Amino acid sequence: MKRYLIPLIVFVVMAGFLAIGLKLDPREVPSPLIGKPAPAFDLPQLAAPDQRLAAKDLRGQVWLLNVWASWCVACRQEHPLLVELGKTGQVKLYGLNYKDKRDDALGWLNNFGNPYLKSMSDTDGLVGIDYGVYGVPETFVIDKQGVIRYKQIGPVTPESLRDTLLPLVAQLEQAP
Amino acid sequence: MMRSALVALMLASAICSAGANEAANLAADPVLEARVMKVAEELRCLVCQNETIAASHADLAVDLRKQIRSKLSQGQSEQQILDFMVERYGDFVLYRPALKGTTVLLWVGPFALLLIAAYTLARAIRGRQRRAAPLAPADADRARRLLEESPPGP
Repeated sequence: MKRYLIPLIVFVVMAGFLAIGLKLDPREVPSPLIGKPAPAFDLPQLAAPDQRLAAKDLRGQVWLLNVWASWCVACRQEHPLLVELGKTGQVKLYGLNYKDKRDDALGWLNNFGNPYLKSMSDTDGLVGIDYGVYGVPETFVIDKQGVIRYKQIGPVTPESLRDTLLPLVAQLEQAP
Repeated sequence: MMRSALVALMLASAICSAGANEAANLAADPVLEARVMKVAEELRCLVCQNETIAASHADLAVDLRKQIRSKLSQGQSEQQILDFMVERYGDFVLYRPALKGTTVLLWVGPFALLLIAAYTLARAIRGRQRRAAPLAPADADRARRLLEESPPGP
């Protein structure tokens, strides 16, 4: 009996580890920026390049920073959802237009709708590096004190919006 | 002759791994470029996760090499640059993760498994030796006779 029991236990343990491993997404690397102040930036606005927008201008409100680009296929997937969200006015959504050409980005917003209060142009991707961006789209939740509370890697889905992003925003809005 | 061919080969491979668009930088300051590559080899590319930033052609890797280059020329140390990357991308960005609480299992795990395997093997072998009883003298005689009688092999 014992000679069958040990291999069985080894098998069950291995199967357990592999099952967990299958469910993990290796592309989702936990960000070390959670709970840290959002890195400062001061970037030209996409719609009006002569005007700038800095991270510190957004202090005192809960806001979402959505990193997007016209060349990003997955951005197209989440975009209708963001447009819907923008219409409700529930969240202050700002866009970081990452490593994009201005004309392409403006054309993209024209075609698919513009959910952003404002978008900033991060043409050389340096602000993206400061935010540890490695796969667009990414969405950051930033609280009134300017601290990053959450980072969504990959497209926003109806589930992630309903279960994570919106409740978190509502909770942060309550905080002083 | 041999030597210059070797140098050319090394240069060519360096250029290849750096990406063709960076060839100009390479020519400008080979010493700096060697340092950039040394740092880049310590860093994981997050887009293609099993490649280093030195080896990857991903856009992000090119950008990060650019960052390393500008930071080195500003006089920052290699450790400062690694810290800069870890602050933004986490420990995962290091190709050789630091030994600390969360990574102990990663470093010690394989050796622990090896020890367990060696111990199990040793026990199994010893158990088998004990089970194999020595041959009785009468059986040994019979075996020898059988061997002598049997015709030589083909």
